[in-house]
Amino acid sequence: MKKKDNILKKIANKAYEFGFVSKIKTDIIDSGLNEDVIRLISKKKNEPSWLLEFRLEAYRHWLTLKMPTWAHLNIPPIDYQAISYYADPLKKSKEKNKEIDPELMKTFEKLGIPLEERLALSGTAVDAVMDSVSVKTTFKEELKEKGIIFCSMSEAVQEHPELVRQYLGTVVNYRDNFFAALNSAVFSDGSFAFIPKGVRCPRELSTYFRINAANTGQFERTLIVADDDSYVSYLEGCTAPMRDENQLHAAIVEIVVNNNAEVKYSTVQNWYPGDAEGKGGVYNFVTKRGDCRGKNSKLSWTQVETGSAITWKYPSCILRGDNSQGEFYSVALTNNYQQADTGTKMIHLGKNTRSTIISKGISAGKSQNSYRGLVRVSKNADGARNYSQCDSLLLGDKCGAHTFPYMDIHNNSAVIEHEATTSKISEDQLFYCNQRGIGTEEAIGLIVNGYAKEVLNKLPMEFAIEAQKLLSVSLEGAVG
Amino acid sequence: MSQEQEYIDIFEQNLALIKEPCAELLNEAREKAAIRFKATGFPGTKEENWLHSNVAKRFATDYGMNLGRVEVNTDRRTLFTCDVPNLNTHQAFIVNDTFRDGESGKKFPDGVILASLNRIAEESPSLLEPYYNTLAEQGDSIAQFNTMFAQDGIVLYIPKNTVVEETVQIVTLLQANVEMLSNRRLLVILEENSQASLLICDHSAMEKQTLSTQVTEIFIGRGAQLDLYELEETAYSNTRLSHLFVRQEADSRFGHSNITLTNGFTRNYISVSLEGKGAEADINGLVIGDKNQHTDNRTIVDHKTGNCNSNELYKYILDEQSTGVFAGKMLIRPDAQQTVSQQTNRNLCLTSDAHMYAQPQLEIYADDVKCSHGSTVGQLDDNALFYMQQRGIPADEARHLLMYAFAGEVIENIKIEALRDRLHMLVEKRLRGELNHCRTCALCK
Amino acid sequence: MENLLEIKNLHATIDGKEILKGIDLTVKAGEVHAIMGPNGSGKSTLSNVLVGHPAYTVTEGEVYYKGKNLLEMSPEDRSHEGLFLSFQYPVEIPGVSITNFMRAAINAKRQYLELEPMNATEFLKMMREKRALVNLDSKLANRSVNEGFSGGEKKRNEIFQMAMLEPTLSILDETDSGLDIDALRIVAEGVNKLKREDTSSLVITHYQRLLDYIKPDIVHVLYNGKIVKTAGPELVMELEERGYDWIKNENKQ
Repeated sequence: MKKKDNILKKIANKAYEFGFVSKIKTDIIDSGLNEDVIRLISKKKNEPSWLLEFRLEAYRHWLTLKMPTWAHLNIPPIDYQAISYYADPLKKSKEKNKEIDPELMKTFEKLGIPLEERLALSGTAVDAVMDSVSVKTTFKEELKEKGIIFCSMSEAVQEHPELVRQYLGTVVNYRDNFFAALNSAVFSDGSFAFIPKGVRCPRELSTYFRINAANTGQFERTLIVADDDSYVSYLEGCTAPMRDENQLHAAIVEIVVNNNAEVKYSTVQNWYPGDAEGKGGVYNFVTKRGDCRGKNSKLSWTQVETGSAITWKYPSCILRGDNSQGEFYSVALTNNYQQADTGTKMIHLGKNTRSTIISKGISAGKSQNSYRGLVRVSKNADGARNYSQCDSLLLGDKCGAHTFPYMDIHNNSAVIEHEATTSKISEDQLFYCNQRGIGTEEAIGLIVNGYAKEVLNKLPMEFAIEAQKLLSVSLEGAVG
Repeated sequence: MSQEQEYIDIFEQNLALIKEPCAELLNEAREKAAIRFKATGFPGTKEENWLHSNVAKRFATDYGMNLGRVEVNTDRRTLFTCDVPNLNTHQAFIVNDTFRDGESGKKFPDGVILASLNRIAEESPSLLEPYYNTLAEQGDSIAQFNTMFAQDGIVLYIPKNTVVEETVQIVTLLQANVEMLSNRRLLVILEENSQASLLICDHSAMEKQTLSTQVTEIFIGRGAQLDLYELEETAYSNTRLSHLFVRQEADSRFGHSNITLTNGFTRNYISVSLEGKGAEADINGLVIGDKNQHTDNRTIVDHKTGNCNSNELYKYILDEQSTGVFAGKMLIRPDAQQTVSQQTNRNLCLTSDAHMYAQPQLEIYADDVKCSHGSTVGQLDDNALFYMQQRGIPADEARHLLMYAFAGEVIENIKIEALRDRLHMLVEKRLRGELNHCRTCALCK
Repeated sequence: MENLLEIKNLHATIDGKEILKGIDLTVKAGEVHAIMGPNGSGKSTLSNVLVGHPAYTVTEGEVYYKGKNLLEMSPEDRSHEGLFLSFQYPVEIPGVSITNFMRAAINAKRQYLELEPMNATEFLKMMREKRALVNLDSKLANRSVNEGFSGGEKKRNEIFQMAMLEPTLSILDETDSGLDIDALRIVAEGVNKLKREDTSSLVITHYQRLLDYIKPDIVHVLYNGKIVKTAGPELVMELEERGYDWIKNENKQ
C-alpha cells in the first residue's frame, strides 16, 4: 500500500511539467480588496473614468452577493482579503516590448510559447498574459493590415476605447453571478479581438495565460467581437506553478457573433491541479458566454479540462439570431482530489436555432466530475433543435461521475434529445491490448483518447496533439 | 415563514385534539416531525428539488382540517363508480383521511391485514413500530407536515411466504362542503417471500379547493414482490402532494406505475432505496396534462448496495397551458458495484403554452456499473403521420394513434391484464377528451 | 526439430473451478496442431491460459515457449515473443481506429525488439498489403476496432492483425464459429498464406470444416480438461463420423 502511495506521489509531481516558478521581478500590490484597491488598479492601467465607474459598480454589487453553492463541489472558504489583485511582471516602462525580462521570455519558451515571431507555432498569433499583465502580442502588425485588432485588453482600453465601451459587459453583465461581479471589479488583463466585416482571420488567435506570482488571483477578461460575415478561431491555454496554497482564477470571456459570422473558441486548460494529496491547485471559476446576435451566426466551444483543483465553468451560447448555432465539445478529466462541475448553457431565443453538446467526463483517483448543462427553449424559439450526449468514464472505484442536465422547454416545435451513459475501461479491453503487446498504461491512454476523440477532433491540429498527450499524462498512475 | 406559522399555530393549539383519537405510535412521531418542520418550513422555489413547483402557495387557501374527526356522512357507492371490470379486488377506502372498509366480502389468506392504520397502531403497536415513520422521518418538510397532522390511513400487512392473488385496491376519496386539507398515511409491509399487487386510485370530484398530503411507506422484505399502481383521477381544484418511500431487501422486486390522468397540481416524490443485493425496481409513469395542470414527478433510486437493477420510464403528454416537471435521479453509492440502471424520459408538448422541465440525473460513485439515461422533448413524428395519412388515415386520427402508442409503452408494463385493458381504455378516453371534455384542447380533437 | 511450445502437466482454474486437469502437449516449429473436443472440455481455457488471461489461475505444471518460462511472462511480452490469439469473441473498442491500434501494437513490439519505430509510410504500406491478404475492406480499417462489425468482419480483422504481427505461434480459437462458408474460406486462406516453414499453429475447433482448409499435422482431442487422444489427420475424419460420444464413453470413470 505504501509503495503504491509513493508511486502516486511521484507521478502526480511528474505529471505536471509546468509547475516551475519563474524568478521575475514582479510589481505586486498589497493583498486585500476595497474601493481604493480598485481605484489603484484602474490608475495603474490609466483607465478612463467610465471604466473605473464600471468596476466600482460591480464591486458594490459583489459585496451584496454570496458564493454560489449549487454546484456539486466542495469549495473551502476563500479569504478574498488575503489575495493580491494585481501583479505585474514587467519593468516599469512605456515601451514594453523592448523591456521584456529575458527570464520572462524564457518562461514562455519553456511553456512552448515562443514570443519571437520567427519561432511561432505555424499560423498562430499569441497574446501572452502573465499574472495580471499582457506580456506580448505577436503578429499584431500583420493582422492590422486586414483590419483585425488583436491586442491586450489594457491596450484596447487605450487604443480603442469606443469598441471596448460598446461591448464590454454586454454579454456577461456584472450582475450575472458572484465571480462575474468580482471579475468586473478587479479584472486585470486579457485579450481583445475585433474581426471586421467580411474578414476571415488568417491566423489562429491565441492567448496563453500563466499565473506566476504567489498569493495572487488572476482575473483576466477577454472580449471577442466577430462582425458580420467574419470568421475567427481562437485558442486559449493556461498553466500555473505548483504551490501549496490555492490560487484563484476568476475570468470572464465575452464573445459577440454578428450576422453570418463564426467563432471557434478552443481551450486547453492545464492550471496546476494540486498534488496527489489534494494540496494546492488553482480554483478555476470562470464565466464564458457568447451571444450569437446575428442571423446564421455560429459559436463553437471546445474545451479540454485537465488542470485546476476545482473547476466551475459553463461556456454558454445565447442563440438570439435566427438560424444561429451553438456547439459545446468538452473533455473534462479529473484525477487525485480534483473536482470539476462543468458544462454549458444553450439558450434558444431565435427561430430555427440549433445546438449540439458533446461532453466526455473522465474521473480517476478520488476525484469528482460533474456535467451540468441547461438547454432552454423560449416561447418564441420555433424550430429549435438540440442534441446532447454526456458520457462518463470511471477509472477506479473511489471517484464519482455525475450528470445533471436541465431541459426547460417552452415551445412545442422544439426537438430536444439528451443521452448519457457511464462506463469503465473493461478488463477485456485492457487484456486485448496487452495480448497485442500494448502495456496497461499505454492501453489506458489509447482507450481514453479514443473515448475523447469526438471532441479532440474539433481542436486545431497543434492543440489536439497537445491535448492527447495531456490526457495520457494526467492519467498516469490512475489505474494500478 | 408566515404560511407555515399558521400551520404551526394550528398544530400547537390543537395538539391535544389531534392526539386524542390517535395511537401513541402516531403521536410520538408527530412531535418530532413538528420540530423538523419548524426548522425548514415549506420548501421555496429556490431549492433545487422544488425549482418549478411553488408549494407554499398551494397552502395559502384557507383550508379546513378535520382534526376533531367529525364523522362525514358518506355513502361510497354514490361517490365512487370506478370499478375495474373483470378485476376481483380486495377493496378499502380512505374518505378524506379516514379508513373505511370496502365490504368486498373477499377473504384474505391468513395473517394478511388490510385495516385502519390508527386501529392497528392501537391494537398491535409492536407490529408497526419497526416500520412507521422510519423512512418518512428522512423526508422533506411535506413529509414532516404529513406526520404532524396524519391521524389515520391504511395499513397493508402481508406475512412471510404469503401470496395475495387478487389485487388490493385502495380508493381515496375527498368529500366535504368546504375547502379542505387532508393528510393520508399508508403503510405497506411485505414480509419475506410474500407477494401482492396494490392499486391506489385517487379520486375527487369536488369543486371546492382541496389539498391532500399523502405519505406512503413501503417495506419489501427479502425475496418479496410488490406491484404498485397509482392512478390519479382528481379535479383541477385539487392539490396532491405525495411522498412515496420504498425500502427493498435482497432479491425483492418492486414495480410502480404512476399514472396521472386528471389532476390540478400534483407533486409526487418517489424514493426507492435498494438495500439488499439482487433487488430490482421498475418505475414507470405517465402524465397526460391539459388546462393549467401541473404535474411534478421527482424520483430517486438509491442504489445502496451492489447487483441491483433499476429501470425507469416516464412519459408526458402536455397540452394547452399544462406544465410537466420530471426530475429523476439515479444515485449509485460506492458499494453499489455491478449496478445496472437505466432511465428513459420522453415528452410530447402539443402547444407552445405547454412547459416541460426535464432533469434526468446520474450521481455515480462506483465504477463497475452500467448506467444510462435518455430524455427527449419533441412532437409526433411527421414522417409517420404522413405515412399513415397516405394510407388513408385522417390526420387527426393518425395523431391520436401516435399519441396512444406513445402512452401505450407505459401501460404495457402493467402486469394485471384487466387493469391494463382498463387503463388503455381510460387513456384512450382521456386522449379523445371523453373523460374531461373540453373544446380548446388538442387532446380532445 | 526443436520444441517451440512445451506444456507439462498444466492445471488451471477459473473462479476456483478446475478446468484444465493436467495437459501435456508439445508443438515443434513448423507444425500445425488441431485441438478438438466437445463444448466445455477446456479448449478456450487452454488458449486463454497460454496468452496469460488474468481470470485464469495456473495451479500446477509448466509451459515453455522458445525455451523460456511462458507463465512468468506478461501478456504483452508473450505477444512480443510471437504468440498470437485469434479470439473467439473479439471485443469492441469504441473510438480507437484499427490503424492507430495496430500502429501502437507494431511499435510496442519493435521497441521490445529494440528496433526503431516504423515510419508512417512504411506502416501504411504494410497495412495495405496485409489488408489485401484477407480482403479486409479499407473502410473497415478506418473504423473503430470491431465496433459494429459483423461476425465475419470481426474474424477477418483478427486474421488481418495476425498478418500484421507475424506471430511464431498462432492460436485460432474457434475461428470458424459464426462464419458462413465463404467467410470461412477467406479466413482460412488468409491463415494458409501466412504459414511459413518455421511458424506453428494451434487450431482450436469443434468441427471438422475448418480443418478441411487448414490441414493439421497432429490432432488432439481435449475432454474434461485432459488430452485423451492424439493421432494424425485421420482422426478428424473419425471424429466427424463417430462424434464425440465414443470418446466420452471411453473416458468414463
